[in-house]
Amino acid sequence: MAENWNIFTKAQAHGPIDYGVPLPSGNDQRIGKPFHFKWLGWIGDAQVGPFYLGGYGVASIITGFVAIQIMGLNMWASVDWSPIEFVRQLPWLALEPPGPEWGLSLPPLNEGGWWILAGFFLTVSILLWWVRMYRRARQLGLGTHVAWAFMAAIWLYLVLGFIRPVLMGSWAEAVPFGIFPHLDWTTAFSIRYGNLFYNPFHMLSIVFLFGSVLLFAMHGGTVMATSRFGSEREIEQAIDLGTGYERSGLFWRWTMGFCANTESIHRWAWWFAVLTCITGGIGILLSGTVVENWYLWGIQHGLVPPYPDTGVVDPTTLLTPGGGQ
Amino acid sequence: MKLLVWITAAILFMLTVAMLFTAGWERPPIDSEQTGFRGTGMVEVSNPRIAAPELERQLAAVPTSTAPPPPGGPTAGDIYQNVQLLGHLSVGEFNHLKQAWTDWIAPEQGCAYCHNLANMASDEVYTKVVSRRMLEMNWAVNEDWNTHVGDTGVTCYTCHRGQNVPANAWYASDPSEHTGSGMLGWTAGQNRPAEEVGLTSLPWDPFSALISDGDEPIRVVGRTVLPEGQPIGSTQDNERTFALMIHMSSALNVNCTYCHNTRNFGTWNQSPPQRVTAWFGLEMTRLLNVEYILPLSPILPDHRLGPMGTGQQVNCQTCHVGVPQPLGGLVMTENYPSLLARPDADRFSLRQEDVNIFASVQPVEQVEEDPEDEEEEDALLEF
Repeated sequence: MAENWNIFTKAQAHGPIDYGVPLPSGNDQRIGKPFHFKWLGWIGDAQVGPFYLGGYGVASIITGFVAIQIMGLNMWASVDWSPIEFVRQLPWLALEPPGPEWGLSLPPLNEGGWWILAGFFLTVSILLWWVRMYRRARQLGLGTHVAWAFMAAIWLYLVLGFIRPVLMGSWAEAVPFGIFPHLDWTTAFSIRYGNLFYNPFHMLSIVFLFGSVLLFAMHGGTVMATSRFGSEREIEQAIDLGTGYERSGLFWRWTMGFCANTESIHRWAWWFAVLTCITGGIGILLSGTVVENWYLWGIQHGLVPPYPDTGVVDPTTLLTPGGGQ
Repeated sequence: MKLLVWITAAILFMLTVAMLFTAGWERPPIDSEQTGFRGTGMVEVSNPRIAAPELERQLAAVPTSTAPPPPGGPTAGDIYQNVQLLGHLSVGEFNHLKQAWTDWIAPEQGCAYCHNLANMASDEVYTKVVSRRMLEMNWAVNEDWNTHVGDTGVTCYTCHRGQNVPANAWYASDPSEHTGSGMLGWTAGQNRPAEEVGLTSLPWDPFSALISDGDEPIRVVGRTVLPEGQPIGSTQDNERTFALMIHMSSALNVNCTYCHNTRNFGTWNQSPPQRVTAWFGLEMTRLLNVEYILPLSPILPDHRLGPMGTGQQVNCQTCHVGVPQPLGGLVMTENYPSLLARPDADRFSLRQEDVNIFASVQPVEQVEEDPEDEEEEDALLEF
């Protein structure tokens, strides 16, 4: 049964174009003439379009474009407008938040002001996109699960770039917009607060993150393994359990004594994904505001395993007061 | 379908090849040696294919040196004019040392690099004035900073390596360079692949603030369980210290775990003893830059000055040049004992040969450099 072991979808259904349900009055029209694209059909649905943007979508794209322009032009200016250096150094380039001397005040544009502007437009863009997702789901008569999952990610984003900096009283605490710079920021942040691995909310976030991966692998593997019995048709199977889902349930009861069902596996996945961001955001929020050093906090609460003392002494303690730093 | 697979494979292949030639990658073998408590990741990672030949290359470049001539006979001070620091040496010892300086610092220009050959006593060539201060610096390192250089000691060659100016030195950067062009492109002094900080996007000049006259604290990790009082250090301070640490790591070609138990960088009683040596090294470097190197800036010609109007300063890489112990611990002072200490018999005998800072709680007096003492001493030396 080699056809079940393919990376790409082998069979593509080519029917008439699906224009979807009629939109309620007051909605913009969907735009673009839909068409089939064979390559996309290998990894998903072959039909592209029609698109719906609407007021929120257009506003979101415009503000997002402004944000990306501010970031990109600042990065480009930092290499003296050299196109070659821009491409070559792109992973290193960034738009930096203002320095600590500015606190929460508004600095000049070229000393962090651009960062505030870019952050503002990016945040507006993301929130507008969220509204759009929420409204599209409602208009189609769906639940709003996707929008709320997106909101969990927005929570983490806002903690990093807005809520925590405000609580700490300085924009300088926020993350730069850049590829390596935000990674270096993350490492520096972890070291500064005594190692985030000892932060219980970081632990939870990792559990949910890795748990999401595990659940995704289990679920994806199960459905593909039973697709020869038709279990990729999940919705029908949820109502009328077919042999594919019966077999997959049996498989998991054999291997681990318990199985999710067609509906609950998605609930598991949704909560794991959402909690990754929620707990991660709490962990970041507490660092520096409530806890100064997670390692020392971990020692205080019996969380940190003791290792043998190496006998090394802080040299400043050997000096007279005022010596060293 | 087939075509797509081929295109994907070709792209992947080209990306892989491109990656192999990107800076920062090393092909095996990689050795790892356990250096701390089991199971804690306290290992030292090194590449014998790269590290050993690099040390050999550096050692092969060391100029040959001869044993010093026996003391005795007329002193340099008696024979030559304007010998301010080494007048106590015999003429033989004096010229033996001078020959070494030439080999170490100006093998191409010879004596003329520092001297007016028509009048050797003249101080008109600025490099002569610089070299006098550099000799005092050499003494300071060997005599006061046993805590960092141990009994290995340093000579001019430790930094200079046969060049007029050490290859690995740095200029204080100009903050106005951070503004990009026009109204855009402020970088906060970071975000470029800077060699000095291991090609990270961290601040490229952590040195001005931390190991020069900036006088900013290096310690930024929280020291209490809960926040107390004013926060120590901003995120930017933190990234600056991080940059300095990455510099140390690449200057010595060692991992973080050479000096730290990385589960908590701040804790001393979990750290390997090298961290104490490194701590004294940072204190030493700061003092050398502030007291010996920066004050020379006014007499340097323009082409030796950086954007801030100061000369090149030292950092870890200046001496270490990518080796944990400079020149693998080669003791070059053996043939040049006059470099070991200031020509002051009392202080010479006080050298703490056996300072073992790792085990002892003996106060280390050398660190408290009193600038007044220093000046007095210099005045005494000018006979």
